[in-house]
Amino acid sequence: MGLFDLFRQKNRSSASKAKERLQILIAHERSGRNGPDYLPQMRNELMAVIKKYVPIDDDQVKVQVENGEGYDVLELNITLPDK
Amino acid sequence: MSKVIVVTSGKGGVGKTTTSAAIATGLAQQGFKTAVIDFDVGLRNLDLIMGVERRVVFDFVNVINGESGLKQSLIKDKRVENLFILPASQTRDKDALNKEGVERVINELKDEEFDYIVCDSPAGIEKGAFMALYFADEAIVVTNPEVSSVRDSDRILGILQSKSKKAEQGERVKEHLLITRYSAERVSDGEMLGVEDILDILAIPLIGVIPESPAVLQASNQGNPVILDDKSIAGQAYNDVVKRFLGEDIPHRFLDEAKKGFFKRIFG
Repeated sequence: MGLFDLFRQKNRSSASKAKERLQILIAHERSGRNGPDYLPQMRNELMAVIKKYVPIDDDQVKVQVENGEGYDVLELNITLPDK
Repeated sequence: MSKVIVVTSGKGGVGKTTTSAAIATGLAQQGFKTAVIDFDVGLRNLDLIMGVERRVVFDFVNVINGESGLKQSLIKDKRVENLFILPASQTRDKDALNKEGVERVINELKDEEFDYIVCDSPAGIEKGAFMALYFADEAIVVTNPEVSSVRDSDRILGILQSKSKKAEQGERVKEHLLITRYSAERVSDGEMLGVEDILDILAIPLIGVIPESPAVLQASNQGNPVILDDKSIAGQAYNDVVKRFLGEDIPHRFLDEAKKGFFKRIFG
């Protein structure tokens, strides 16, 4: 890095920003990948029901299927807002 | 024993065809009988990158439809022994490729004792890309140090792990990450994702890093696979990739900035 680059510090973090965004996005996309095809639709319907009673954002509900040996676990994780 | 290698990426313009041409040429240079097939039906370009565009008579779809024999359709390279090119068709029929037809051509190549069958995938995740990866034993995933390319590569890895023939049989396609258009200088300035960043995200073994180099455009202008330009850093990097693919333990090069002169270091 040259002397003049010190005044151009703005660019320095764009790569780490890219990495951070990708890590979040890809973790999200991977979690939806291995589940059954009905999962996104079921998630939307669950969201609609929960929203009738509790005001929550989309990212506060996690629906995941985990594969065990001989059984699958459907995990539903809802973060309720602070009162 | 023949091996089927797919060169894939999801995103377009990252260097799949450049890589397919370079790796097929490199494998042939090492003495292996190699065929490289263009799966980009409707947008054929491998012929141009390989410099054989004026020798195309029959194509992949002709062979699949039984309109021409495999042997008469393969274009034999004039520079490198053991290298054969099967160009894509220019038809606009999206259903020109089908599993049975592609499998028949691949099996016929295996019967002809080809050591390597390199499948140059089209961009996207539609039929052509799916056909190119379905029969693969190994995959070279080409990625640029850029967010959309990394994301699309992850998507393609998901497809390799769930939709390929190997996956259907409960096995796994052997995956290799190839990073292209890499600029060590921009990485050190924090403007570009580095090798370690991409490896952290995609988590598959690295087979090589091809530095950004004017030689790639020059090679395609002339219809010469860039690996034949052994003076260029891109050509050398592809050569390393081929050797690593064949099992040699070769350290990665071109990951650090070229040494700058004193004035350049002070004034940037």
